[in-house]
Amino acid sequence: MLFYSFFKTLVGKQVTVELKNDLEIRGTLVSVDQFLNIKLDDVHVVDEQKYPHMMSVKNCFVRGSVVRYVSLPAQHVDTALLQDAARREAQAGR
Amino acid sequence: MDNFLPGSASLVDCVDKKLLVILRDSRKLIGWLRSYDQFANLVLQDTVERTYVGDSYGEVYRGIFVIRGENVVLLGEIDKEKEAAAIGMLRQLPVEEIKELHKREMDIKRQTDKARSRVLQERGFSVDGQEQNDQY
Repeated sequence: MLFYSFFKTLVGKQVTVELKNDLEIRGTLVSVDQFLNIKLDDVHVVDEQKYPHMMSVKNCFVRGSVVRYVSLPAQHVDTALLQDAARREAQAGR
Repeated sequence: MDNFLPGSASLVDCVDKKLLVILRDSRKLIGWLRSYDQFANLVLQDTVERTYVGDSYGEVYRGIFVIRGENVVLLGEIDKEKEAAAIGMLRQLPVEEIKELHKREMDIKRQTDKARSRVLQERGFSVDGQEQNDQY
């Protein structure tokens, strides 16, 4: 739940999702769900030539299970808050 | 997936839209999404399987698909103008030709991947067996 809540704070921001097949998609985070499935708007693929099939796509839904990384703008991340939440979660789990 | 909280990802806005579905075996299916569930299982109608090689592509009509969610990588909403522009830059080839070109491309890819994993293993890196099955 922690990362679901974390991603919800980033809705509306520009993120870059890197999939396990090395495909990188930059777009605006529209929504996220409990499985960390991600919906992006106004997508731009980083290496367009390599992925011609993505040329006709403006918005997409990415299944959480295929995500390797989500790159975020550093200024939108409160690391102290995140650390705090992680600590609380770890203690709750114990 | 379908809770009614704002900012929750849901496929309800994708229903009755023309979508590109990328599968884990690298297939690209284009069809109209009619139904889905919490596992991202999908029902796609009037599906066409499109194969891209270089600056050309080929299509095979497939009809109705029920896709098991675990095989889904990405769903992309097809934008009509972008699609027309994209198709304009590519040439369509008959299916047999595209299949042949695709097969050759995959063979080359398989050889380079094999060589790469051999080199990595020689240097002590482990190659993930599970991910060998995913070709997307």
